[in-house]
Amino acid sequence: MSEAPSVRWSRRQGLGGLLACASWVAGPTRAQAPPANSDWAQLYGPFTAGSTPNVGRVSVVTPRLADNGLSVPLSVRVDSPMSERDHVRRVVLLSNRNPRPVIAEFELGPWSGKAEVATRVRLNGSQEVMALVLTSDGRWWRGTAEVEVTESACMDAS
Amino acid sequence: MLARIQVSSPVRRGQAVEVRLLVQHPMETGFRYDFSGTSIAKNVIHSLSAEYGGRTVFRARMGSGVAANPYLQFWVVPDQSGDIRVQWQDDQGASGQVSAWVEVLPA
Repeated sequence: MSEAPSVRWSRRQGLGGLLACASWVAGPTRAQAPPANSDWAQLYGPFTAGSTPNVGRVSVVTPRLADNGLSVPLSVRVDSPMSERDHVRRVVLLSNRNPRPVIAEFELGPWSGKAEVATRVRLNGSQEVMALVLTSDGRWWRGTAEVEVTESACMDAS
Repeated sequence: MLARIQVSSPVRRGQAVEVRLLVQHPMETGFRYDFSGTSIAKNVIHSLSAEYGGRTVFRARMGSGVAANPYLQFWVVPDQSGDIRVQWQDDQGASGQVSAWVEVLPA
């Protein structure tokens, strides 16, 4: 009976191997949720110059459950007469779990007639999506929608 | 670049027209790798604008958070019949445009 030809592991190598495995397991989960649900204030701060946007007037419509994060229909509707004196100037879509939090920015005006924009977005996992709206009086408004994403976009490296 | 635009034309004067736009574009995020392991460069349509009657009526700045083959829907109140012209650029400098005729009937 001969000893099976084996690779001899020293204790140190063995431990190193275990650690490497552990970090490999921990790595992807950490990478997948980039600063797990970033702080909203940090995301809208650059737009609103530090001030907190008002709640209301903005409604974000998404399906409550999105099967596929690669393409989630999203529409933003703002309660605004879109007149020369009171209209929506900008709409910003923010995500607090995507690797790039600013999804898109739209510019509207009194000529738009309806304060409504729709698109399809990528979402990296279940999260809240925020629409930031700038009205012609210089005030910012926000509205959010909660989306449950069963299959995330950005499966690799993000 | 292939694109499709649809407008709810004709409309009565003073009514808003719904514009729906679909552009064929991969909207590469820059986070993906090909089979040989090299990263695929980010390439998205970063800006898009719609002109009507000599004025920019809609503008979009987009990032990788917009799904491939970007779809956009917005509204415009036309004051007279004319072309609505939409154009866009991507990160690689490619651009495209599409237009649609909006018929305005007297109110």
